[in-house]
Amino acid sequence: MVHVLSLLVEDKPGLLTRVAGLFARRSFNIESLAVGKSEIPGLSRITVVVDVEPGPLEQVTKQLNKLVNVVKVVELDQNQTVEREHMLIKVKVDNTTRSQVLEATNLFRARIVDVAPDALVIEVTGDSNKTEALLRVLEPFGIKEIAQSGLLAIGRGAKSITDRVPKN
Amino acid sequence: MSTETKPVPAVKVPDSSAPKPTAPSKPEMLTGSGAILRTLELLGIKDVFGLPGGAIMPFYDELMESKTIRHILVRHEQGAGHAAEGYASSTGKIGVAISTSGPGATNLVTAIADAHMDSVPLLAITGQVFSTSMGTDAFQEVDIVGITMPITKHSFLVTKPEDIPATLTAAYHIATTGRPGPVLVDITKDAQQKSAPFVWPPKVDLAGYREVTKAHGKQVAVAAGLLAEAARPVFYVGGGVIRAGASKELQKLAKVTGVPVVTTLMARGAFPDSDSQNLGMPGMHGSVPAVLALQEADLIIALGARFDDRVTGKPSEFAPKATVVHVDVDPAEISKIRTADVPIVGDAKEVMADLASAFEDAAKKHKPDYKAWWERLNELKSRFPLGYDEPEDGLLAPQYVIQRIGEITGPEAIYAAGVGQHQMWAAQFIKYERPNAWLNSGGAGTMGYGLPAGMGAKVANPDRTVWVIDGDGCFQMTNQELATCTINNIPIKVAIINNSSLGMVRQWQTLFYNGRHSFTDLNTGHDTAMIPDFVKLAEAYGALAIRVTKKEEVDAAIKLANETNDRPVVIDFIVSADAMVWPMVPQGVGNSSVQYARDKAPEWEED
Repeated sequence: MVHVLSLLVEDKPGLLTRVAGLFARRSFNIESLAVGKSEIPGLSRITVVVDVEPGPLEQVTKQLNKLVNVVKVVELDQNQTVEREHMLIKVKVDNTTRSQVLEATNLFRARIVDVAPDALVIEVTGDSNKTEALLRVLEPFGIKEIAQSGLLAIGRGAKSITDRVPKN
Repeated sequence: MSTETKPVPAVKVPDSSAPKPTAPSKPEMLTGSGAILRTLELLGIKDVFGLPGGAIMPFYDELMESKTIRHILVRHEQGAGHAAEGYASSTGKIGVAISTSGPGATNLVTAIADAHMDSVPLLAITGQVFSTSMGTDAFQEVDIVGITMPITKHSFLVTKPEDIPATLTAAYHIATTGRPGPVLVDITKDAQQKSAPFVWPPKVDLAGYREVTKAHGKQVAVAAGLLAEAARPVFYVGGGVIRAGASKELQKLAKVTGVPVVTTLMARGAFPDSDSQNLGMPGMHGSVPAVLALQEADLIIALGARFDDRVTGKPSEFAPKATVVHVDVDPAEISKIRTADVPIVGDAKEVMADLASAFEDAAKKHKPDYKAWWERLNELKSRFPLGYDEPEDGLLAPQYVIQRIGEITGPEAIYAAGVGQHQMWAAQFIKYERPNAWLNSGGAGTMGYGLPAGMGAKVANPDRTVWVIDGDGCFQMTNQELATCTINNIPIKVAIINNSSLGMVRQWQTLFYNGRHSFTDLNTGHDTAMIPDFVKLAEAYGALAIRVTKKEEVDAAIKLANETNDRPVVIDFIVSADAMVWPMVPQGVGNSSVQYARDKAPEWEED
């Protein structure tokens, strides 16, 4: 089963190695990983997507909590969470297919961010269902390259995972 | 599921009798090296083990001047690591090992891994190349922080002198609190050479470090209720009880409840062997009563134990009828192997005290009755006492030698073992009455641990007799530290249980590989070339060396060793290579398959 974990971590050298190493050492596959700053200076936020059963998930959560630089570990309830992926797709086009690709892009509310005579770069944001659906539509035209972010996720409503973290 | 934010811990700087820096209005300028030394002194460190090299030379230059810290120069960094472990395990205090960068640091790795597996508070300080050279494959550069990440509780890289006091203080705090463990501090040479104002006490920020949480009273009451109602309860005691310094609390809890106790390899001595409630050691080479008590139990209260595979055998067949209460300071241990019905996260010392009083309340509501259980256990005890057969080849029985060392020397001594058959016999045949008297490499199984660990223990406990029960294989891995012992007046006693082979592997070859003894013959013992000659080797190191081949020589040799305190003693006990460790649960099967002796399984009550 897929779980989304949000980690609040101290922005220290080697932090990512510690987290990634722990997953590898305990035989957990990371499906996606996104790292960025949080709203608190010195703290970063890591969003990890893992496919594990509840028992092993509890074990990996406890092990993550033992890492000295990990301040907090939260499993996000996917029903109460906004999830987004960001993808850049380079598609082959010619004079006959360009308009069809443009149409698909508009239907998905994606954007063209680069234009060349024989290719377009499309930027799409959404949950993984949306990005995967767009990929399926674009596939017949010839996908030359994809760059994809890890999943970003944030809980709905006013609560924050940093609510009880001291902000100095 | 969401976890609580970790509380920011208050880092206590330990009291120290070391000279405190005068409190000048302006902080004193110190080099990074000076700051390392001053910080160690202020943290109350008295003894350190190490070996200098290029990247740690600035610190060694300072260390030479220390009035309060004794530095023991080892002959190999692994020796420093295990010595620091022995120092820590025999006292509960932190052990400190120091090495240079590169190979010096990697030589510490085995000891760090060992300390990680056995929760030993160890501070490893390594020199690192100049920060400006890092990442260039400089001479003697290795990424020791990266290498040790999976085997340390935490690690730090320090590149600025001003960060040294806070980092070492944080390392000390992390290593010694909660579930103890090794912490590595890697300090670049430029950080040692440059100067910075020395500010004490330092501001330590460990936002993500969670210390011990107070156990939930409700959970303890539930456990007490289960205990009062159980028919066949067992206290499964692990090394955590020793690390928590909770032997007194365990004895009280056992007395109040009348419940049988088993002490794992790491917990030997946590509960006196002379106490009739002690069933001995469980696990692969455990006593039959201890193994079957767990197997037949309806309630197991695990105290600072982690359901290691050497204890459980095949986990799915372990203690099939037992409800499990798991008490541990490390939440990640709970339900890792065996799902706990009642998880209790907390310090063993506090939890056991709480459990003892909660039990008294619970016993009023439901009068516990363990009479039938004790009848069964006493029957097992009388039918399957610990014992051994005299070897058929007429050579010395290793068990006899080890038993006599324990009987003649007594429970106030410290016993450190290597890894293998002799380790198991030392765990079985020496009777332990107090915690921190038995040192061994349990989780990692590090051959060569014994001699340097015994050396470290002797440094920490100069007034106690320290015996190293070693094998001929183990001894050859770390015997260079005999030089350290002789030169620094650390008079340990080493008993080489010389069966001329890698005995435990040989035993498995005999039992499970059709007797094919593939590369386990070491040619050190009876009827071989005896390379090396351990007596000559020990004499070369300045030790008193004795060779014992006959039963009637055993006692006199042990007594002479115990009376000799002006130098180390090495006794080469030439024993039979065919002696085996019994009882035994073969690997990969359930513990009900315990064999008392070869092809001899006790009856196992199944319904």
